[in-house]
Amino acid sequence: MAAGGSNLPREELLEMYRRMVLIRRIEEQLARDCAAGKLPGPVHLYIGEEAVAVGVCRHLSERDWITSTHRGHGHFLAKGGDPARMMAEIYGRADGICGGFGGSMHVADFSKGIIGANGIVGGGIALATGAALAAQLDGDGRIAVAFFGDGAANQGVLMEALNVASLWKLPLILVCENNGFSEFSPTATVTSGSIAERARPFGVPFREIDGNDVIAVWQAADVAVRRAREGRGPSLIEARTYRTRGHVEYEVTFITEPYRDEAEVDAWRARDPIDRFARRLREEDPGVADELAAIDAAVEETVRAAVRFAESSPEPDPASARGHMFATAP
Amino acid sequence: MARKRMIQAMNEALLEEMERDPSIVLFGEDVKASLFGDTKGLWKRFGADRVRDTPICEALISGMAVGAAAAGRRVICHMMFGNFVYTGMDAIANQAAKLRYMTNGQIKLPITYLAVSGGGRSAAAQHSDAIHPVLANLGGVKVVMPGSPADAKGLLKSAIRDDDPVFFLQAAGRGGEPGEVPEDEYLIPLGRAAIRRPGRDLSLVAIGAMVRPALKAAEALSGEGIEVEVVDPRTVVPLDLETIFASVRRTGRLVVVDEARDTCSVASHLAALVAERAFDALLAPIRRVTVPDCCIPYAPVLERAILPNVEAIERAVRETLAWRRPA
Repeated sequence: MAAGGSNLPREELLEMYRRMVLIRRIEEQLARDCAAGKLPGPVHLYIGEEAVAVGVCRHLSERDWITSTHRGHGHFLAKGGDPARMMAEIYGRADGICGGFGGSMHVADFSKGIIGANGIVGGGIALATGAALAAQLDGDGRIAVAFFGDGAANQGVLMEALNVASLWKLPLILVCENNGFSEFSPTATVTSGSIAERARPFGVPFREIDGNDVIAVWQAADVAVRRAREGRGPSLIEARTYRTRGHVEYEVTFITEPYRDEAEVDAWRARDPIDRFARRLREEDPGVADELAAIDAAVEETVRAAVRFAESSPEPDPASARGHMFATAP
Repeated sequence: MARKRMIQAMNEALLEEMERDPSIVLFGEDVKASLFGDTKGLWKRFGADRVRDTPICEALISGMAVGAAAAGRRVICHMMFGNFVYTGMDAIANQAAKLRYMTNGQIKLPITYLAVSGGGRSAAAQHSDAIHPVLANLGGVKVVMPGSPADAKGLLKSAIRDDDPVFFLQAAGRGGEPGEVPEDEYLIPLGRAAIRRPGRDLSLVAIGAMVRPALKAAEALSGEGIEVEVVDPRTVVPLDLETIFASVRRTGRLVVVDEARDTCSVASHLAALVAERAFDALLAPIRRVTVPDCCIPYAPVLERAILPNVEAIERAVRETLAWRRPA
């Protein structure tokens, strides 16, 4: 089973499949929970974009750093974050990965190199650049990856990061997930030129890839990761993908005029990264179908366990609301 | 003891701490050339890995400080002028001040942001803001405002060793002011106010650069038999309320001098706290000597008309002492 000539081992292909399905099923659960009014805050779903997080994070260890976005569940799970503790966090419970202090837009687990989701569009770019500086000083081959959207590509800090990372040859990979929308504005209405080519004047290698093809993502990340680990500097990857859900789940309550055609959404659904990958695996090895079904069943159970864990977790103690503002209390 | 300028004292603190802790990395705009003198010689001593000139890009460097700290480094990030902090404000207000809280204390963020703050040098409106009230209001950053060279050194060393984001605000244009600095190593803890001059008649709380004119005013008033107690909070986050309240309870009167614009100044905050919690001790209304709610002008005569000075402080003290409850 070579999956498009990638020569990836079978176990690796199945693990990529498993992680994409895990992200998808967890988020479908969250969509139902949101519709049922079970979630205290907003959720921004990553459905349709799973191949990007998985294709990149399969190259990373827990010691590498990632920064993520408000649409961050996929990065958290792809990097090895615990689905049950993420679920509890989004439910606002004490056993959440951030104790209920952060919620969906701030899921983080520093012990796994997940600096976290970020509620500020573009907010993770500078953080990842700083983590890359720390990694460079440590000199042990660690790298940092900043995931950000096409919306964030219009924040000036991206240019600042490209400049410094190139000057200092930082082990940084900038991964732009171009999902077609900057909140509710179609990308073409707010973004000029090519995002990938914004790296060119800084001398930073860049590639524009099919973000719905997990193997293409894996291959592009492979080149960028090697370059970063070898101390040769940063890269930019623009992964073209599509946000099949809305910007934020509860937008049905305030969006009165549709901002996109259903036909466009359907066309992208036909290019769904998980369906495409599963089809490819089956075509190359019909015998894999049973294994995929077993993975699907195991993931369903993981999601049910995550929900049980989250539902059974207590709410945080209101007396703890002041939280951990300072490490050294005043 | 040796007589040193404030900026020399800061330079010594940086040098000693970077020597002591190899995990420290320092970066900012022109830290090699060192516009103010605080980072002078560091690049030569510690090399281009640990001391880095950055481009002029505050949005990035303020956030890089957070990322590098989250990834295990102790960071000193030079923002140069206080007004440039505004350009780097997203990473300061949304990341540095919140990342630890949002993630339930998963990490420490040992960052010292350096900047000069305040006016008095005809640098005009975009280089003269006293930025401490904005920072103090964020909640998640500590704010240090030294009033003397000895304090500058001891407080800066504590700021660097602190495991939280700390803004160390040196009063603009006061780096050349001399003072006695101890020879041996010492630290001054954050959150501990100092009584600069004891007095029985009135508590005069002076913040940062305002300590000097407050002491001059106290000296002049002493000649008339008015004994003013000058309290220097040294850090506005955390704020040593215990020392300030004890002083107010002894004297019964309070004047606060703050180089901030009046609205939401630290003086206003302190006045509110004292009115709320020590009202019974007050013999007269609290007075604030602050900057009016306008920009800092360029021409020296205009700037002098705006900033708190010895005369304004003396006037506020006299009026507070002369106050009588209307019959």
